[in-house]
Amino acid sequence: MSTASYQDQFAALASERKGPEWLPALRQAAMTRFAELGFPTTRNEDWHFTSVTPIAERTFKPVRAEKSSVTLDALSPYLFGAEDWHRLVFVNGRFDPALSMFAGLPAEVTVSTLADALKTQPELLVEELGKLAQYVEQPFTALNTAFMSDGVVIHVPADVVVEVPIHIVHVADSGAAGAALYPRTLVRADRHAQVTLVESFIGLDRATYLTNAVTELTVGEGAVVGHYKIQREAEDAYHVYTSQAIQAATSTYHAFSFASGSALSRTNIYTRLNGAGAEGRLNGLYCLDGSQHCDHQTFVEHIAPNCASRELYKGILDGSAHGVFNGKVYVDPEAQKTDGKQSNHTLLLSGTARIDSKPQLEIFADDVKCTHGATVGRLQDIALFYLKSRGISAVSARALLTYAFAAEVLETIEVDAIRLGLEALVFERFTNGVPA
Amino acid sequence: MSASIETLVNKEYQYGFVTDIESDTIPVGLTEETVRLISAKKQEPQWLLDWRLKAFRRWLTMTEPSWPNVKYTKVDYQAQTYYSAPKSVKPLQSLDEVDPELLRTYEKLGISLTEQKRLSGVAVDAIFDSVSVGTTMKDELKKAGVVFCSFGEAVHEHPDLIQKYLGSVVPYSDNFFAALNSAVFSDGSFVFVPKGVKCPLELSTYFRINAAETGQFERTLIVAEEGASVSYLEGCTAPKRSTNQLHAAVVELIALDDATIKYSTVQNWYAGDADGVGGIYNFVTKRGKAMARAKISWTQVETGSAITWKYPSVILQGDDSTGEFYSVAVVNNHQQADTGTKMIHIGRNTKSTIISKGISAGHGQNSYRGQVKVLPKAEGARNYTQCDSMLIGNKCGAHTFPYIEVANDSATLEHEASTSKIGEDQIFYCKQRGLNTEHAISLIVAGFCKEVFKELPMEFALEAQQLLGISLEGSVG
Repeated sequence: MSTASYQDQFAALASERKGPEWLPALRQAAMTRFAELGFPTTRNEDWHFTSVTPIAERTFKPVRAEKSSVTLDALSPYLFGAEDWHRLVFVNGRFDPALSMFAGLPAEVTVSTLADALKTQPELLVEELGKLAQYVEQPFTALNTAFMSDGVVIHVPADVVVEVPIHIVHVADSGAAGAALYPRTLVRADRHAQVTLVESFIGLDRATYLTNAVTELTVGEGAVVGHYKIQREAEDAYHVYTSQAIQAATSTYHAFSFASGSALSRTNIYTRLNGAGAEGRLNGLYCLDGSQHCDHQTFVEHIAPNCASRELYKGILDGSAHGVFNGKVYVDPEAQKTDGKQSNHTLLLSGTARIDSKPQLEIFADDVKCTHGATVGRLQDIALFYLKSRGISAVSARALLTYAFAAEVLETIEVDAIRLGLEALVFERFTNGVPA
Repeated sequence: MSASIETLVNKEYQYGFVTDIESDTIPVGLTEETVRLISAKKQEPQWLLDWRLKAFRRWLTMTEPSWPNVKYTKVDYQAQTYYSAPKSVKPLQSLDEVDPELLRTYEKLGISLTEQKRLSGVAVDAIFDSVSVGTTMKDELKKAGVVFCSFGEAVHEHPDLIQKYLGSVVPYSDNFFAALNSAVFSDGSFVFVPKGVKCPLELSTYFRINAAETGQFERTLIVAEEGASVSYLEGCTAPKRSTNQLHAAVVELIALDDATIKYSTVQNWYAGDADGVGGIYNFVTKRGKAMARAKISWTQVETGSAITWKYPSVILQGDDSTGEFYSVAVVNNHQQADTGTKMIHIGRNTKSTIISKGISAGHGQNSYRGQVKVLPKAEGARNYTQCDSMLIGNKCGAHTFPYIEVANDSATLEHEASTSKIGEDQIFYCKQRGLNTEHAISLIVAGFCKEVFKELPMEFALEAQQLLGISLEGSVG
């Protein structure tokens, strides 16, 4: 598992890159770090249940510039029927202005592509880019920082409320075959600002590629940020994603992660409760089948006192899918009056599915209330029997109970269009097209 | 802090005395020669020496684990003594021949080796540094067909059993400390309960470290044949010394079809002083294998040791076997504990229960680390895990690292964990009823640990509760 091919790619790209003068130094530092770290192995505690060998043994190359043939029609099933959302579409890593639409934003809000922002807002980027998502211990973040090509930069100034979600759509089609995509997103919501960000990762064609995305979010005092990540990559694709939020006092951050695509995916959702009275909510649902492998890792750092965190992750595993959940809650000695709650529940639909769950608590303050819970099981025979006794077919009974299992976490979605969209998706998936 | 609490804080570890007794101690250092010397001193057969040497050679290739959530100065394995025995120990016909100084030592520890103990219905094997100094009530056990003796004795008298079962649950290559133990273990207890026999007495081993700069490496092997049952308790203490001492034990339990083994530990090694100087490093490997319908139950009350690294586990090999783990771990001052269990579900309809109560006070750091693994063939496996932590004071920490690995859809697993401060409203209520703070806390803690204490043999439950009170003294003020 050599990192040399990435070092060669990095050297070859050096001349083509543009941007402010501090950027090459950041990229170089990240590249050097990646070369030192290499791809993680299962001997690394954070990667104990997820082997990235399929990623490491291939060499994914930057995508060649090509004209996009993706149409809005092809995208529409993935847009939650919400035509009015602000939308930025990237096809195979490249921004597609024709499919994008974000003119209607409040005047104070700046939304631009990373490439543009490097020209127009270098002062914001030098302050924020690469400051939260640390690459020193995270090989994939290092790789993204070295190669980040394009992405989105969002700045919502103080007291501004963005009513309509901003949807960032990363689409891959057959043009992405063999490629590595490195999207990078930066969000800053200042004091009392409100914004909802939706990040979709979509694979339209069957292709093997690697998405390695990083998102950094700064949530100002009293700000409210909703963050939805929808992963529906192609079935042969690899997906690694890391988001790191930092929350100031009394802010609210809600991150929801949905995953149903990709052969092998790893999603890291991290938040740091840095100001008193902040609230972090991390929820997620993964529905897997076949030989899919899906790993979620969450990290809630309670740094300031009086903060609350709520976490609910659910998994529905069919076929010989392998789900992994690793939720870490850290409570600093200063973080008194912390109220933390975490749950992970897994439903196994087949005898060959497998789950590895590791909910962790690390608590250094005494006046806290922290709990975690985890359960694993299959549908209850007695519940199935009851439904069948009421004249409901076996297939429908299973679908209904599976859907009910998922509904608890889907209910935490505050954007109606996403909730309805995912509810329909889950229901359809488990009825296998058979009408209820 | 009130004056009464002040006195309690300064109360000494009451088992911290040193017995002045002449010892036969081998030179410091660890080489193949040391292993040969220990084996020769114990007049062991060739196969055992070969096994020790294999373990030693494997140990040389291994590295000390760094994953436990504990920080300590690494042990210099060449600065330890691997064998120390009171000089007077010869094969004894009766306990009357035991050095009176030793008897007084055990008397002081509250363990009577004299026959009056008969009344309490407990047979005791007393281990002083590296060797067993005596086993009580042997005759009574013999009548029932139960073998209870020191490990060294068993090697000579029941070589076939030892050869069959030694290393069958914890192989010498298992981990760094198990390999070290396999190479240099000096003594320990051996229990064999034949087919269908219910052991008529509670069995107990009392471990005492006395000599300085000496590691204690005992090895316990308990075999319960088909339908047999036995309850076993170990207790341990050590003198106060300002240097850290190493204790690396291995315990293997084998419960054949329909057998039951209940293993209880009250661990009260010297924990170091209030500033964290001295204390025992307790690095222990304990594992049991349960065959069809067998049951293995671990109960532990961990109040001592500077560092604890211990995961009593059950391999649920047979169908319908049961594993249980009940634990109370208390850390105060600068103690650190990383303890928990492993339940490996292999057979069908296997059941496991884990109840873990962690109490952290002072600067103590307490980690629960547990694994519940359900293999693909373990149809109908069932696990219930509950681990609760209580924090007393704001300098301590409580951590939970559960690993839940399930590869069978018919398995049902539940895991619950909570961490909270000792309830101020509960303390207030107790005080309002006329109890002082100290009493209130000990009452609340006793309630918190009740589920575990009720698993201990009765006479030890009381002792454990008192021990807990002493460990936590002075933690609030």
